[in-house]
Amino acid sequence: MSFPDTSIAVTEPVGRVDTLCSHCGLVVPAGLVEDHTERQFCCSGCRAAFDILHAHGLDRFYDLPERRGEAVRSTHRGYEEFDHPTFRDLYVRPISGGLAEVELYLEGVHCASCVWLVERVPLIVEGVSRAELESKRSLARVTWNPATVPLSRVARALDSLGYPPHPFRGVERETMRRKEDRAMLARIGLAGAVAANVMLASFALYSGASGSLEPQYEKFFRWVALAVVTPSMLWPGRVFFAGAWSALRSRTLHMDVPIALGLAAGYVRGVINTVNDSGPVYFDGLAMLVFALLVGRYLQQRGQRAAADGAELLYSLTPSRARTIDANGDTRDIPSEAIVPGMILSVHPGETFPADGSIHRGESQLDLSLLTGESRPVSASVGVQVYAGTLNVSAPLEVRVDKAGETTRVAKILKQVEESAARRAPIVETANRLASWFVAVVLVLAAITFVVWHRIDPSQAVDNAIALLVVTCPCALALSTPLAVSMAIGGAAKAGIFIKGGDALERLAKPGQMFLDKTGTITEGRTAIVSWTGAEWVKPLVLALEQDSHHPIAAGFRASWPDTHAEAVTESNHVRGGGIVGLVAGRRVTIGSPRFVKTQIRPANSLSAFDVDPSLTPVLVAVDGELVAAAGLGDPIRPDAAAAVDALRSRGWTVNVLSGDVPSVALAAGRALGLPDDACVGGASPEDKLAVVEHAHQRLGASVPVVMVGDGINDAAAIAAASVGIGVHGGAEACLSTADIYLTTPGLTPLVRLVRGAERAMGIIKRNIAFSVVYNIIGAGLAMTGHLSPIVAALLMPASSLTVVIASWRGQAFRGASL
Amino acid sequence: MSVLYIVVPLALIIVAAAVGAFLWAAKRGQFDDTDTPADRILHDD
Repeated sequence: MSFPDTSIAVTEPVGRVDTLCSHCGLVVPAGLVEDHTERQFCCSGCRAAFDILHAHGLDRFYDLPERRGEAVRSTHRGYEEFDHPTFRDLYVRPISGGLAEVELYLEGVHCASCVWLVERVPLIVEGVSRAELESKRSLARVTWNPATVPLSRVARALDSLGYPPHPFRGVERETMRRKEDRAMLARIGLAGAVAANVMLASFALYSGASGSLEPQYEKFFRWVALAVVTPSMLWPGRVFFAGAWSALRSRTLHMDVPIALGLAAGYVRGVINTVNDSGPVYFDGLAMLVFALLVGRYLQQRGQRAAADGAELLYSLTPSRARTIDANGDTRDIPSEAIVPGMILSVHPGETFPADGSIHRGESQLDLSLLTGESRPVSASVGVQVYAGTLNVSAPLEVRVDKAGETTRVAKILKQVEESAARRAPIVETANRLASWFVAVVLVLAAITFVVWHRIDPSQAVDNAIALLVVTCPCALALSTPLAVSMAIGGAAKAGIFIKGGDALERLAKPGQMFLDKTGTITEGRTAIVSWTGAEWVKPLVLALEQDSHHPIAAGFRASWPDTHAEAVTESNHVRGGGIVGLVAGRRVTIGSPRFVKTQIRPANSLSAFDVDPSLTPVLVAVDGELVAAAGLGDPIRPDAAAAVDALRSRGWTVNVLSGDVPSVALAAGRALGLPDDACVGGASPEDKLAVVEHAHQRLGASVPVVMVGDGINDAAAIAAASVGIGVHGGAEACLSTADIYLTTPGLTPLVRLVRGAERAMGIIKRNIAFSVVYNIIGAGLAMTGHLSPIVAALLMPASSLTVVIASWRGQAFRGASL
Repeated sequence: MSVLYIVVPLALIIVAAAVGAFLWAAKRGQFDDTDTPADRILHDD
């Protein structure tokens, strides 16, 4: 195989020629371009991946039409915890032939070529017999022989190809769900085939109703219809009988009861008419009913699962391992599940704490935004308490564990969240009660019809009661309402809005009060330069010193000036808690907090010319002892936030800011959105947020929706307590898993689409219900007065179902432009 | 018209075969992932 020339050069508008990485196709930074070689790499990750592919004869990867376009991001971890017995017990399933199977969630899967590459892992690692990737969910199933190769080696291979693996923590539920899905699909398949083929016989019977069919053929077709429909009643139809039976046993009424009764009555009457060789059979109507109801339920289930899946995968991303230090000072990787209090853990900068504990050795900065919502990192030294789920930002730490697993603070908040979620049940019950009223009324009417007609004309009593049961199918409730909801949920998912339940959609249809978290919701949740006072020539000097710092402020500088070329540094000195002093291009540059920079400049300098807005973190720059610039760093407000808030308010919503950040920052954010000062609350702890939401509930009453929009653990309890909780793009997994709705596209515009879509979806449902009520009243009236023969009822019923189904299908609530 | 006595059962047998094939496929997990195979077919060497 020839070596493909992938290091093509392209010309940028500025006239500079960029070299492209041979592996990922991105521009290679100028410093890394090597002379006299055809192959160029943007990073060591891409080089390693290229070498692996080349060594195993997999160069064909570079001929695939859809290439990566993303640099290989490897963690270079050892993955020793993948070989730990605890890990094996939790995630690995032994299968026949001494092989084992594991499901791994891969990071970095994004295109069709990834499928090709991951499924070639058996060629790269000996002992792996099979690797299959489900691309939509980034889920790989790996089968390997534990006797020849440890799982950690497979994991390292995936890692160096740019797909860091994580154990998939929902295997049991996944297996159950898969089984359920297959059974459901099988039932729908059978019901569909029956529904289509029973028409074969029914059409013959309908055409024979005018007397053109000879009696022996009429009899034949009746028996054919009976033979075809019976499997549908016995197997797919059993769902409704089982549902009705369990409802009756628990002395409640729900939709399945009249459906089951109608099916049973229609079927029994059909069988009697077939045996007696006279009267109508209702088999086509029954078969259609079973099929249509099953399809409706299946679609509804699918829509809800798409949302649940996302949360599941995010959960799989939380740290699966920890590094312990034993008495001899040796470190080793263990799974998070094996952590016990008293252990010493080593946590590198950029890693998440796997357990609660106190700092044993080291000094660093912590990002507690998951718990507190505070976006600025806080300093921490020996003895300070750290919490699982928060982030170690700047330096390595050793932590003594005091709480692990279920007892950590995060786990406890999650438990509270579950309790808040359980409190929601009454609303769902109200809906069920309404449906059971319908059922009860239909049953009573059917009984009345039977008794009254038994006195008037006993030969018509059974037919009229069946006609009533069949014609008054609560289609708009049992079928079209869930369908309209799941169509809306499906449409919303395409627009990047995941809705977990129809109830949330329903509640959003009326305007109410909306609380917005600040960090990560209104703002972008990252540090960036918001204001800059100073000349352009200062920027390269500043960037030079910030280039190698791990401090979040340095990252903010780098992210804000991606196009600025850094000068060469000859000397640099980091002063803890102050800033950086260094020699850049022969000049002495000082960057840091005002307090620190003031000590480094000539007294004649005035600070007032370089004032920074108090809501921002000020960073001053001095060159050769003269103050030259001031940068205000903060969390920039999302560009679409103000327009989205305006749109929401014009729809009648009251919008408030509810932030864990300091009050002045919350106020500034509120002002930027055009909100009055009294609508902004800052400094709110997770408990405060919960209290505010609950108070709003009490004040506004149950019929007005209280919406909480947030992204962190600190919002999770409030999100669960709100009538509709919304998690935003990039949020913490706990918040996403408790939210009723979450947004996968950044910004607040999706909120507007959501509210508008919910209004439309409820409009469709109301129209369907109105239609159904009118239809049912007319139908019931005709049936009770004996004007409706069961055969016409059986024709009308599917026709009415189809009408509402088509109405739900066509009315796409989430179609159309944004805002 | 008496041909119906042969043709209709024959049709039902064909339907039964088709339903059987579908059930077999569903039980085997052929419909579990409906997205990845579409990519995979492009890659087979």
